Amino acid sequence: MDARRATTTVPRVRQVGFFTPNAPPAQPSRTHSFPLDSSSPPLSNSPVNNSLSPVMIPPSRHLSDNLVHRATSPLPVPEPSAFRRPIRSHHVAVVGSYNPTESLLGSSPPLASPSSRVIGDGEFSEESSAGWFRRSNSAKFASSFSGAFDLTSVMSSEAGGFHQVKKPVIAQPKEEKSGAAAVVEPQINKGLSSSSTKPLKEKTTKAERRALQEAQRAAKAAAKDMTVSVGVSTSKPVKQQPAQKKDAPPPASSVAVSDRKGVERSMEKERRKDIPAPRMQFDDKSRVEKAKKRAVVNQSEARNRVELFRHLPQYEHGTQLPDLESKFFQLDPMHPAVYKVGLQYLAGDISGGNARCIAMLQAFQEVIKDYSTPPEKSLTRDLTAKISSFVSFFTECRPLSMSMGNTIRFLKSRIAKLPLTFSESEAKASLCADIDRFINEKIVLADNVIIRHAVTKIMDGDVLLTYGSSCVVEMILLYAHELGKQFRVVIVDSRPKLKGQALLRRLVGKGLSCTYTHINAVSYIMHEVTRVFLGSSSVLSNGTVYSRVGTACVAMVAHAFHVPVLICCEAYKFHERVLLDSICSNELGDPDALSKVPGRMDINYLDDLTNKDNMQLLNLMYDATPSEYVSMIITDYGMIPPTSVPVIVREYGREYLWI
Amino acid sequence: MRRNIKLAVGNIVRRVLHIIREEDLSLTTAAIAGLNLSAASDGDDDDDGEQDEHTVLSAAAVAASARNALRPPSLQTLLEDMPESVAIPHTSSSGGDSEGKSKSADKSSRTRRLKHDVIEAVNELIQDINTCHEQIAEQAVEHIHQNEVILTLGSSKTVLEFLYAAKEKKRSFRVFVAEGAPRYQGHLLAKELVTRGLHTTLITDSAVFAIISRVNMVIVGAHAVMANGGVIVPVGLNMVALAAQKHAVPFVVLAGSHKLCPLYPHNPEVLLNELRSPSELLDFGEFSDCLDFGSSIGSPLLHVVNPAFDYVPPKLVSLFITDTGGHNPSYMYRLIADYYSADDLVVRRRVALGN
Repeated sequence: MDARRATTTVPRVRQVGFFTPNAPPAQPSRTHSFPLDSSSPPLSNSPVNNSLSPVMIPPSRHLSDNLVHRATSPLPVPEPSAFRRPIRSHHVAVVGSYNPTESLLGSSPPLASPSSRVIGDGEFSEESSAGWFRRSNSAKFASSFSGAFDLTSVMSSEAGGFHQVKKPVIAQPKEEKSGAAAVVEPQINKGLSSSSTKPLKEKTTKAERRALQEAQRAAKAAAKDMTVSVGVSTSKPVKQQPAQKKDAPPPASSVAVSDRKGVERSMEKERRKDIPAPRMQFDDKSRVEKAKKRAVVNQSEARNRVELFRHLPQYEHGTQLPDLESKFFQLDPMHPAVYKVGLQYLAGDISGGNARCIAMLQAFQEVIKDYSTPPEKSLTRDLTAKISSFVSFFTECRPLSMSMGNTIRFLKSRIAKLPLTFSESEAKASLCADIDRFINEKIVLADNVIIRHAVTKIMDGDVLLTYGSSCVVEMILLYAHELGKQFRVVIVDSRPKLKGQALLRRLVGKGLSCTYTHINAVSYIMHEVTRVFLGSSSVLSNGTVYSRVGTACVAMVAHAFHVPVLICCEAYKFHERVLLDSICSNELGDPDALSKVPGRMDINYLDDLTNKDNMQLLNLMYDATPSEYVSMIITDYGMIPPTSVPVIVREYGREYLWI
Repeated sequence: MRRNIKLAVGNIVRRVLHIIREEDLSLTTAAIAGLNLSAASDGDDDDDGEQDEHTVLSAAAVAASARNALRPPSLQTLLEDMPESVAIPHTSSSGGDSEGKSKSADKSSRTRRLKHDVIEAVNELIQDINTCHEQIAEQAVEHIHQNEVILTLGSSKTVLEFLYAAKEKKRSFRVFVAEGAPRYQGHLLAKELVTRGLHTTLITDSAVFAIISRVNMVIVGAHAVMANGGVIVPVGLNMVALAAQKHAVPFVVLAGSHKLCPLYPHNPEVLLNELRSPSELLDFGEFSDCLDFGSSIGSPLLHVVNPAFDYVPPKLVSLFITDTGGHNPSYMYRLIADYYSADDLVVRRRVALGN
């Protein structure tokens, strides 16, 4: 059943956060990474071979979240989707920063006893780490299933395009044979993910495999039967679930792709509620190969990769742009607005967390405006699939930042929460309004609040130091200057981007008195500095500030000279992830940017050396500043110490933080 | 603010002075010993007059030498053939001319010997300075073992030789070189290391904190070592030293003994620093509109700061490796006594005495 489906129907594609209700729920629970296929091929990637960036994968949702969402999700998802939900919750980290369980919520079936199911689902998704099955809910599910079994016919009719076809087939002949029932049960179990506390057995014995084959044969035979009494028989299978459970997962896993097994294994080990799923492992050749096959942008991997960073992708820069340009007219599903923004990311024209987020959201607004639901498809599912494919494209152009991940999660949850009663135009208008509201509330207004808080910390006679170019800090300085405060600014800059020069020009143009220096001289200049203002890409749950490389150095030296360090960060950039150092997760930039020094013709020592084996150039983009160097974080929720970040992430929850 | 701080120049001058003083002292001591000997040997002579004369002469000579030794003579007197009356104004009255004559004869030979010794010693000093790299590099094997990761910033010949010596002894290690803006000497060092077959990775200065958690040792060269154990190093290394301290990574400074400066650093960032041209940071053409002096307050809106050196306090330095071995920063003051005389710490221009 599941196993069979896995082998035949599901093409090891990983759910990128959205799964259609018709997706085969029969995935073996074991295979978290099991491709809860749903979206279009380019989108579906098995977790293992996802070409998306290793940047942040959101952790599974909380039960409370699920409840809220479940209760309101009006999607007419047939029963089977419930099956899939738990499976999905066990998903491997979705690349491109969205939580598969979130999308899962969107598709929760509003069938009979939705609340019970809701609870079950909530538990499931919450349990993503705990294992596939939970026995307790199996009965609940079965009962609800019986009420909803008539959906199976619906299910079968919805089989268009996806592998879920198998599901109805399998579900039906349940009552016929116990074997078949056994087949079905695993499906139900999987869907519920409640019943089986499946043993984390990866190896399947011969007996188990044989049992699996039997089940598959039985299911095939029963496929012809379209009786509706499937639901009735569910109760029986349910009882046998525990027994079958053991069979189901192991066979399923044996059927699963072997490399996926490895992923699942490691994932199960770290399965816990709030641990974000592991990201794409770029040091595993097989996974990288698979990812490459699905990639839209052809990235050729760089030679001479630094050993320490083998787990991060590094590509030859300068090769993708022409290739992508030539592909423009062949990329049918690509929307021109998305394409344009992707190219801007690739070329480096748009940089900075807020700018990238806003550009991405505006591109998505265009997509939504131009979107029309294809026949026989549900708007939410199809749109989410499209959005996911676009996110993959963005990731190929440039790995997503953590704040972009949060944004995409927000968008998908809004799509999922669209009321069923909305017509297409209403739904589109509602989504566009949501996006506008997000940009306005979470970025524009949040920045205003931050600025107002921050200028209270600037006094006459201050010497303020800033690093690089952060839009929020620039706004703070300009606003303080407008208020008439007398202060000096020290701009510290570093290679290879030298963003500080642009900031310097803008500030001097507005009349601020500025000192410009490079990061090596920060010890020299720090003795006359009174406050340090820094921007950030994201603030993590252990108080670590993830920002442009060099920020950690500046914060450390400021700390050594007893100068307070203030981080200015909007709350939507907070993340549940934790990081201890800058190596585990980073972005590798263009190494050639190091060897060339613009504007200095005499510095060309490395011209002929970049191809030598011994020589490697490392261009890190981000680094992690430990929380002890940060005195205060200024957000739109107020001025908080770094220890309060997980509190905000938890208390305000996803609903308030992003919605 | 002083320009062009070249502390090593002052060091060498002081070293030479010290050599001269030392050589003179050793000659004087030898002379005294010789005189005593001769006095003793003459004691058996029957010629009382001669004996007496010799004794008197020797006594006077000894007294004069002693006075020479006790009072630090000026260089002038040491190196020039000065008449005794000028050189030793307090010569005892007895003996007078004859003593003067013999003393001057004595003195000239002594001066010649002194010159000879001093020239020899200075040649040795030149030799030491030329070979300090090898002597420091010999100690590389003690500090670099297998599979190490070394971090350095900028470029230093001592560091280059040090790492190369370790590689010659078949130690396998990797080197992260930070570029060292704005002179980008790190590029040169990386190129050299790669040419010599070392596994090198070039990083930006801003990535030092990100990388240092995976680094085993930081090895840098110094511009000057101060008497308290602090170092004047190329700019950016204070940041590296702080990061190394936070991650408990040893910060090793390689310096030849000619870089040891007998001065204590007071306000070293300002007094012992050198500000270089802003054109290394900003392109004048690009920023010409910002360099306008026409603002209302009359002072320029844009300052550019480009220091050349950094001061690393002794508590951040784990070890000094010099051509005489490895030392703690707290021990460096002791080496000053080996190389320098107390009088030369402040090199003053002195008015010539008479003549």
